[in-house]
Amino acid sequence: MAKIIGGLTTSHIPAVGNAMAEGLEQDPYWKRFFEGYEPVKQWLDEVKPDLAIVVYNDHGLNFFLNQVPTFALGCADNYQNDDEGWGIPASADVPGDAQFSWHLAESLIRQEFDMTTCQEMKVDHGFMVPMNLFWRHHESWPLKAIPLAVNTVQHPLTSAARCFKLGKALRKAVDSYPDDLKVVVIGTGGLSHQLQGERAGIIDVEFDLQCIDKIINEPEWMTGLSNDYIMEKAGTEGIEVIMWMIMRGALSDKVDVLHKHYHAPISNTGAGVLLLTDAQ
Amino acid sequence: MVWTRHDYDEIPGTYVFDGKRANSGYALNKMAFSFNSEENRKAFAADMDGYCRRYGLSDEQREAVLAGDFLKLLHLGGNVYYLAKIAVFHGLNVQDAGAAFQGITTAEFKQKLLDQSAGFETQLKREGGYWHG
Repeated sequence: MAKIIGGLTTSHIPAVGNAMAEGLEQDPYWKRFFEGYEPVKQWLDEVKPDLAIVVYNDHGLNFFLNQVPTFALGCADNYQNDDEGWGIPASADVPGDAQFSWHLAESLIRQEFDMTTCQEMKVDHGFMVPMNLFWRHHESWPLKAIPLAVNTVQHPLTSAARCFKLGKALRKAVDSYPDDLKVVVIGTGGLSHQLQGERAGIIDVEFDLQCIDKIINEPEWMTGLSNDYIMEKAGTEGIEVIMWMIMRGALSDKVDVLHKHYHAPISNTGAGVLLLTDAQ
Repeated sequence: MVWTRHDYDEIPGTYVFDGKRANSGYALNKMAFSFNSEENRKAFAADMDGYCRRYGLSDEQREAVLAGDFLKLLHLGGNVYYLAKIAVFHGLNVQDAGAAFQGITTAEFKQKLLDQSAGFETQLKREGGYWHG
């Protein structure tokens, strides 16, 4: 049986991709941020998951604004990174698992989450930065991955409440797969940041830490937040935190916190890392 | 015919990218999307005005692209992730653009980010359980 062995979260800031490409991990600006990933990398190398479901938003690589699915699931055996227009070197292709993807799609759609299924899907920094943060020290990707793209770019967007429910449905979908697979779910994006307008440059440490605490201990609190409220507190791009709720929904009601890290600012953003498991 | 109003329209200095903006900015954002290809970037760099015209930008949008006026482009329906692909041609990254939106220098913008984050490690200690390495 497939099993979710843990939930991770991370920001997916493009500047982090540049910093990794340029080997700036020991640079004073970056050091504390990157060190916050080391315990998670160690845990991953110990438990050796077979597959990661990476929840992220596409920022204009695979999906243009002509067609914007609210939830899209990669259903391919291979995913390519590509040029996003600003010169981050493309990462190696990431292997997928089409059979597992189609099982997830069937189960999720039966559970009334009408996923868009994608047999070709380019994955942008939203997906690649987390993959690199957790696994770039391996010569080749040590696991497969499935991209789950959530529209957080072109409103109307889905909600924290809906993402939490999708996570619960995703848990059922994984649990009902007959193959023995160890799966991690990664919620990416956030935390507070606003890139646009005269209000660009918002970081709200207090709100970020409140979100981290509530996501761990009282995710129902997050489901009561409107997108308007989140954008007012955390900025228009801070809305990405709703994707962490898919990870949280996929875990049990009570969780153990194996790692919790926060750093700000990284580029324009408050950056959080979590490693959670079902409570033992 | 009217565009539906939203509570988020009241957030100051903020241009939530919704249907109204997606509609008015479509050609502009489509052009920016084309810059994912290096060949297109070269074509744009060689003739910016002509490239904008081929994508059917409004005169106002085209002039703002050429001038690198990113606040104006937000007003005209540009999505910030797509504007980032245009900003490259003006030698700007998202932090430079963030500064430009407010008419401050990038150094001032970065300082603002540091100021808002100041003392975060103390807050982490108060919350408890954070990794402090």
